[in-house]
Amino acid sequence: MARAVTQKRKIINTVAAWGIGLLIFFPILWTILTSFKTEAQAISDPPIFLAFDWTLENYGVVLERSNYMRFLWNSVIIAGGSTILGIIIAVPAAWSMAFVPSRRTKDILLWMLSTKMLPAVGVLYPIYLIFIKLGILDSRIGLVIVLMLMNLPIIVWMLYTYFREIPGEILEAARMDGASLKNEILYVLTPMAIPGIASTLLLNFILAWNEAFWTLNLTAAKAAPLTAFIASYSSPEGLFFAKLSAASTMAIAPILILGWFSQKQLVSGLTFGAVK
Amino acid sequence: MATQHSRSAARLMMAPAVILLLGWMLVPLIMTLMFSFKKYLPLRGGDLGWVGFENYVRFVSSSSFWPSVMATLIIVGGVLLITVVFGVLLALLLNQPMWGQGIVRILVIAPFFVMPTVSALVWKNMFMDPVNGLFAHLWRFFGATPIEWLSQASLQSIVMIVSWQWLPFATLILLTAIQSLDSEQLEAAEMDGAPPLKRFGYIILPHLGRAITVVVLIQTIFLLAVFAEIFVTTGGAFGTRTLTYLIYQRVLESQNVGLGSAGGVYAIILANIVAIFLMRAVGKNLDE
Repeated sequence: MARAVTQKRKIINTVAAWGIGLLIFFPILWTILTSFKTEAQAISDPPIFLAFDWTLENYGVVLERSNYMRFLWNSVIIAGGSTILGIIIAVPAAWSMAFVPSRRTKDILLWMLSTKMLPAVGVLYPIYLIFIKLGILDSRIGLVIVLMLMNLPIIVWMLYTYFREIPGEILEAARMDGASLKNEILYVLTPMAIPGIASTLLLNFILAWNEAFWTLNLTAAKAAPLTAFIASYSSPEGLFFAKLSAASTMAIAPILILGWFSQKQLVSGLTFGAVK
Repeated sequence: MATQHSRSAARLMMAPAVILLLGWMLVPLIMTLMFSFKKYLPLRGGDLGWVGFENYVRFVSSSSFWPSVMATLIIVGGVLLITVVFGVLLALLLNQPMWGQGIVRILVIAPFFVMPTVSALVWKNMFMDPVNGLFAHLWRFFGATPIEWLSQASLQSIVMIVSWQWLPFATLILLTAIQSLDSEQLEAAEMDGAPPLKRFGYIILPHLGRAITVVVLIQTIFLLAVFAEIFVTTGGAFGTRTLTYLIYQRVLESQNVGLGSAGGVYAIILANIVAIFLMRAVGKNLDE
């Protein structure tokens, strides 16, 4: 009897959760579907859900017309470059905070986080001006630096959390066995730290890929990544739904896939360990 | 174990990150502070000297200031309300036994990974377009006149778009918090005959308190800075000019850097007030 009730409840839960899940996912699904329609079918009333003539034409047009590959390449360089650079700078810092903590470690960590709270718009003009002076406005290197600095606190924080979980006894044991510092780092610590570094890399790549304040305000023609490419699509209303969808699908697909792998890190990474 | 030697090595390893962040924080901040006390019009004469607090007074006494504060409050408040309420409900639901939980989780979290310009454009055109959008089709199907979402209900539309983006974040964090709840406590309450609503009010909600606080604080900081969603949809028209957008327009569109910088200083102060509370919540956890 009790079992039957549980089974019934499970069915209700499943239906409700799937219904809401699909509702939330619907805009993305609709965008992907529309990208395979012709422009006429994309705006037909009543809307067609699946029974349309599937076509890849829109993807061809977007790729051909808009130099999509350059925007994609800019996104890859900017998001990848800023994340890797951030990790190179953050690893030693997080390392020393996790293994040689001092009384000030906590204060330094909190201070680093506080720099993340600074509203970008408050420092927009100084950054803009510095960029002009240095000649790096609308350049990829400029955005790599800004996005690296923007995400550095999160990177340090995430790495610190991972490193702290590596037991200190293992290091001591290695030292007892006469491992040099170099061997200790290379053969003992690094293998244990790789999963942590990988998930930090993933989450921050996603954050940098989607960043849309600095990328919109500090780029023009040359260094614009996909965020700016999509923003430039806003002009002709109504007539280009299918092409807009194709462009959007290409911009979000890689990140959606990466994102699904990083769900777990998302919580610890974005709440700075305040929710476990 | 930490010797003098390893301590100085540790300091050296920390130095690059600390110095870079210090520069990233201080240099622009000092420049903004300086500009805010100047009449500074890059396209109309450049630096025209110190003017004291004039920019600060002008920024708050301009006719667009209070509407922008209102727009900011409505967007931040509206999105917080929607994401926290629905986030709690959704987290409770997702925590129940069901088939295909993993897939539902993936569906629910997906919007968080969509870049802001894409979600704004997709909503603006494919859903909210008054002629060809899905909502217009739906309205006509029921015999109603389609709404011009982004002009007639502009703020509500933006709240809707931004809530869609942030609901996954709230849900995921609240779900994590619910999963850490001791299930024996709930079962005991159920045995004792506590009805679901009481169990929610007396056990689940207090347990979620801390997670809700964190969600509210982190989202507030991001929501105060909402930019691309407005940039792409209304460009600040129809009452959607938030404080952030107003400052952006003063600085880059009308190139009144002094005035915009004064606004920037207000924004920084505002964000810091929120940040202090967030830091406390995070700091407490560090001690544990």
